Amino acid sequence: MAAPIVELCDVNKWFGAFHVLKDITLEVAKGEKVVVCGPSGSGKSTMIRCINRLEEHQSGRIVVDGVELADDIKAIDAVRRRVGMVFQSFNLFPHLTVLENLTLAPVRVAGMAPRDAEATAMALLERVRIPEQAGKFPGQLSGGQQQRVAIARALCLKPAVMLFDEPTSALDPEMVGEVLDVMSGLAAEGMTMICVTHEMGFARAVADTMVFMDEGRIVEIAPPARFFDHPANERTKRFLGKIIGH
Amino acid sequence: MKPSFRHRPLDWGRANLFSSPANSLLTVLALALLWQLAPPLVGWGVLRASWGAGDPETCRQAGGACWTLLTEKHRLMLFGVYPYEQHWRPLLAMALFVALLATSANRRFWRPWLAALWLLTVLGIGILMWGGVLGLVPVETAQWGGLPLTLVIAVLAIAMAFPFSILLALGRRSDLPAIKALSVGYIELVRGVPLVSVLFMASVMFPLFLPEGVTIDKALRALVGMTLFTAAYLAEAVRGGLQAIPRGQFEAADVLGLSYWQAMRLIILPQALRLVIPPIVNQFITCFKDTSLVTIVGLYDLLAATKAALNDPGWRPFFVEGYLAAALVYFCFCFFMSRYSQWLERELNRDRR
Amino acid sequence: MTGGRASIWGSTRFRGLVYQVLVVAVVVALGGWLVHNTLVNLEVRGIATGFGFLEREAGFGISENLISYTPADSYARALTVGLLNTLVVSAIGIVLATLLGTVLGVARLSGNWLVGRLASVYVEAVRNVPLLLQLFVWYGVLTALPGARQALHPLPGLYLSNRGLVIPSLDWSQGWLPVLEIPSLVGFNFVGGLTLSPEFAALLAGLTIYTAAFIAEIVRAGILAVPKGQTEAALSLGLSPGQILRLVVLPQALRVIVPPLTSQYLNICKNSPLAIAIGYPDLVAVSNTAINQTGQAVEGVTVVMVVFLALSLALSGLMNWYNKRVALVSR
Repeated sequence: MAAPIVELCDVNKWFGAFHVLKDITLEVAKGEKVVVCGPSGSGKSTMIRCINRLEEHQSGRIVVDGVELADDIKAIDAVRRRVGMVFQSFNLFPHLTVLENLTLAPVRVAGMAPRDAEATAMALLERVRIPEQAGKFPGQLSGGQQQRVAIARALCLKPAVMLFDEPTSALDPEMVGEVLDVMSGLAAEGMTMICVTHEMGFARAVADTMVFMDEGRIVEIAPPARFFDHPANERTKRFLGKIIGH
Repeated sequence: MKPSFRHRPLDWGRANLFSSPANSLLTVLALALLWQLAPPLVGWGVLRASWGAGDPETCRQAGGACWTLLTEKHRLMLFGVYPYEQHWRPLLAMALFVALLATSANRRFWRPWLAALWLLTVLGIGILMWGGVLGLVPVETAQWGGLPLTLVIAVLAIAMAFPFSILLALGRRSDLPAIKALSVGYIELVRGVPLVSVLFMASVMFPLFLPEGVTIDKALRALVGMTLFTAAYLAEAVRGGLQAIPRGQFEAADVLGLSYWQAMRLIILPQALRLVIPPIVNQFITCFKDTSLVTIVGLYDLLAATKAALNDPGWRPFFVEGYLAAALVYFCFCFFMSRYSQWLERELNRDRR
Repeated sequence: MTGGRASIWGSTRFRGLVYQVLVVAVVVALGGWLVHNTLVNLEVRGIATGFGFLEREAGFGISENLISYTPADSYARALTVGLLNTLVVSAIGIVLATLLGTVLGVARLSGNWLVGRLASVYVEAVRNVPLLLQLFVWYGVLTALPGARQALHPLPGLYLSNRGLVIPSLDWSQGWLPVLEIPSLVGFNFVGGLTLSPEFAALLAGLTIYTAAFIAEIVRAGILAVPKGQTEAALSLGLSPGQILRLVVLPQALRVIVPPLTSQYLNICKNSPLAIAIGYPDLVAVSNTAINQTGQAVEGVTVVMVVFLALSLALSGLMNWYNKRVALVSR
């Protein structure tokens, strides 16, 4: 494959005395879909939050689309422009309408004309299949609808990479499907995606690469077929046994 | 089964007044208290009271409440030593002000133009009170007094303290240690000392602070003191609102690439300030009541003007009537504002589902 | 790549540092300017600086003093007398306001409609009227009372006249146990008991009555914050209403009540300087006299602020310690 678009090299991070990320090394190629899984507290969320510097890493290198993340505002801004993020708890802005949520960054950050931003936003709402909700406030939507709006918002700045931090964990079971559908559609269009999720069906269908983390380390990296059917590591086996077992 | 309507009051009484022996005893005691208090009060305030125009002597002979005092002195109480023939100006200013408050109370009008309306009205009130333009006779602030002065100081103190308090609250939540320390220091210092001291400082020390030869108006000094004091308390209210905003909102703004000030202006403050409107209204009530302390530094607000009206030796025995009237004015403003704040809190909570 | 032009200005840490230095510089410059102006002004007016004046003779009398004081004493001693007066009126006010406020708060929630209504009327009437106005009224009422000969005598051992309030006192001089001393009116004077001046009595009444209204609301909110299930569980265990309040509800409500109660206690202290309006010689009143005599406003105001800050810190420290004790242990 071509040069990696996201590259983590020996990344370490501590929360006080607690060593959350231990020597993380990971390369994601353009268009690749990576699913990260692992028990809670294994550091998966922290890892992807380092990729757009919601968390600061203390050693190692993180390079996104040719820009190395360091204590440099320009670099951070450049990376955040190239990376979209979807949160577990949606984090839509409750005081703005759906449309305003989508046009905020293009207008205020990218300096797009409001009319153009609205056109882009409507197109994105079509893509996540809720154009009719544009004028509503987030509080008036269901959880699944809110998460789809959040995906559309993350796409507004035309990112090269999308990060998903457990996007379906806060949803009622009947709404998980609609969000995964949107994500699968996005994958089919060739978006580079890094997802932290426990949805193993989705992972098997969509992922190019599975990453298993435990206690702050990457334990196993493998294509889904091998990962699910012949996991190499004992801890992976145990984890898969637990979550697929029922 | 049709419940008998006639028995309801009885049932109500049994449930609410005589549900147990202890409860019955309380009811009887409360009734006894009312029986002791009510007749003399009615006798004093209504039956033996003197009304209409007159002099202290008629009151003394009547032996009851002297409402005559209000007929004779209400202009002095309400407007202080503002030139008598110009009283229509403060009266109009107050009417404008009350209209402004009534407009602001309506949530449908919470739009940017409301801020402009405030600015315009305050400007209008200033022109009315000061004069000197549009053919109005100029009136120095030293002659301002009564209710208009109380209102002007309370409103301006809150309005000016508000932006300052936002900066203080943001400073207190800042990651930058020096800025945080300065904000915390200011807030805690001011909240630790009595308002009286702050007002004294304003009236005694401000003249010392300024370059030699520069003097500032007494009313302005008191206003600055009230503003600095109120800002510290308002900052804590705003901080409460900031703390109530989930961390995810900050992160989402970060991820979208908004700068700190953009995130604050577009995302965080609009949400946080909506949450703190009820505490801000409460702070306004406190500020309104606290304005009475400017009496101590020699300004003629509503309370001081009332006191001045009672300085007349003939009327002095009837101070209770005078203070009751002033208390009623304060009560009306504060009570309705606090009711409004409670109502608003419920409304805003309902919106948040 | 980020490239070599990643200037130091791009660093968030560096920017943070610059902002801080700028803000501190502005604050220091402003402070320096104010201090400079003040020094110049003081020199022009021929006013001394420094705390040396504390040692000098005050030369004014103070009407109420807990420790011996004459005009020949120093300013420092005069200020101490004022401070003690502040402390006494605040301390007694805190105790009385807590008692009255708790009763009112419980009364507002009482199942008895009439009692609840009366308590609500009290709370609304009192807290929506400025304290200073209430002080003027109480002071006016107390000084308009008849003289000692016609003193009001509402309860045995209690006299109200224009000389103030006379109450029974405890005499410790008779041996191990204190003896209750009931005052009595002999001729024009009261014999025995403790006489509270009209100024002190008015201030105490004002502070107590005003603050009790706020404490009542705090107590009520605290009790309402205890989940209904707790009362139901206690009822199902067969506890009486009094027991439920005492054993189940109040201990839990205290956790909610203590923090706002602390700020009400601080408010009593911070409101006590209103004494100045009715002539009770508290710390602020004494320091004002000192400022008027010496012109040393900066020092006088500093003393007052330092004392009140210390008082605030001490009181919040005490209440924090108490709050930790009543806090629920969980997880």
